[in-house]
Amino acid sequence: MVNLEIDRVSVRFALKGATVEAVNDVSLLVRPGECVALVGESGCGKTVLASALLGFLPGNAETSGSARLGDVDLLAATDHELATTVRGRRIGLVPQSPASHLTPVRTARSQLEEAARVLGGDARQAAERAGLLPEHLDRYPHELSGGMAQRVANALALVGNPPLLIADEPTTGLDRDLVDGLLGEFRRLVDDGHSVLLITHDLAAAHKVADRIAVMYAGRIVEVGPAHEVLDGAKHPYSRGLANALPERDFLPVPGQPPLLTDLPAGCAFAPRCAQATAICEDRPVLTDDPHAVACHRPC
Amino acid sequence: MLTGLGITAGYDAPVITDVSLTVRPGQTVGLAGPSGSGKSTLARVLALLHKPFAGTVEIDGETVTGFRFQARQRTRIGVLFQQPRLSVDPRFTLRQAIAEPGGDRVGELADLVMLTDDLLGRRPHEVSDGQLQRACLARALALKPRYLICDEMTTMLDASTTAALVGVIQAYQRESGAGVLAISHDTTLLTRWADETVRLSAPLPR
Repeated sequence: MVNLEIDRVSVRFALKGATVEAVNDVSLLVRPGECVALVGESGCGKTVLASALLGFLPGNAETSGSARLGDVDLLAATDHELATTVRGRRIGLVPQSPASHLTPVRTARSQLEEAARVLGGDARQAAERAGLLPEHLDRYPHELSGGMAQRVANALALVGNPPLLIADEPTTGLDRDLVDGLLGEFRRLVDDGHSVLLITHDLAAAHKVADRIAVMYAGRIVEVGPAHEVLDGAKHPYSRGLANALPERDFLPVPGQPPLLTDLPAGCAFAPRCAQATAICEDRPVLTDDPHAVACHRPC
Repeated sequence: MLTGLGITAGYDAPVITDVSLTVRPGQTVGLAGPSGSGKSTLARVLALLHKPFAGTVEIDGETVTGFRFQARQRTRIGVLFQQPRLSVDPRFTLRQAIAEPGGDRVGELADLVMLTDDLLGRRPHEVSDGQLQRACLARALALKPRYLICDEMTTMLDASTTAALVGVIQAYQRESGAGVLAISHDTTLLTRWADETVRLSAPLPR
């Protein structure tokens, strides 16, 4: 079991006449036996970061920084290296919308057995652990309900017994019972010593399962700390606004809209929406170096 | 009132059997229930997008006579879906998408959902799910519907965007007296949003 050490990672996309600064100077540590949730609104760069870790970025992406998983730098590794030693073996991916991630023309069993053969795992055991009965495995993806498809995706992600699991919006579209089941499964994995990086916009899910929450805004981590402290005692005005927007709290939106990633302000990217911003916010704030860290000149 | 009376509907086999539901003007009715209980099927029937096997739909006292392509009464009902990306023609800019139902209120509608000029000029793949769902809401309001059906509208959205779009819908209801059917897995959201919530029970095991 090894740490995932994301160190000053940036990802840019070159477009005609513009550069999209999708991930900016992100550092994050995920330890064995720990679940870290990366939360933020859609378009803030969460999925781009996950894609970078797995080598799934498109050709026009430029990355800098490093992401070390044991002795491998995921950003420097070749695609061949990632395909033969990392994906499925060291990192399992639980994708967004599992039903469309599965091959439609093959049964769940055939896909799982192939993965088990290539990765050297045990298909039957993986299926059992994911809560699948043998008769479910004989179905094609379109014959699986959302919850069953999710379990097949989990079994596929775990069959190679990878120490790190990256889950990209795994709860989207599932009802509460299924979400609770899935989060319980993540928790068991974490308690067994796996590490989980949970990427989500669902704060309630993050709160339920994560040990730590990192809040991302406009490609940067603006706050990271113990889950309950970030949700109940947020220091960054954006995290506070996001937590208060929950329907069980104020149910009021954060005013304004996020900046365009092609035209980020030089200072704090949240300052144009922030009620507490002053002249000092024209300088970019640095993420502090403590267990509950924040990147804000005027924290709450 | 938007009323479904004794609706039995499904695809090959019925998904819902003899379900009745009423949405009054100005009212917000929540519709909850587990996956597969037929929430979306009922929504599609009430939006005149799917013909039921049995039962009738009435809009403000008028019985619906045509579903799917023959639904001339459909403009009185606006619909929002779970996945904005599947609901917008990928060739359109957001401006064209909002103008699609007809009418010249694009600027006014864009202000309502807080879309800037720059975003209006982009195509769906160049904006986030939240921004695209804002455009879908503007499009749904373009013909000033009497009823709005929101089928898992907030699933892809973060808490702040959810609160913002629900706020826009509530403001539209206050101004127009429109009724809303809000479908969601999220009972916390429905408790906060809806005046009353109807639950569909779990499907029978197959």
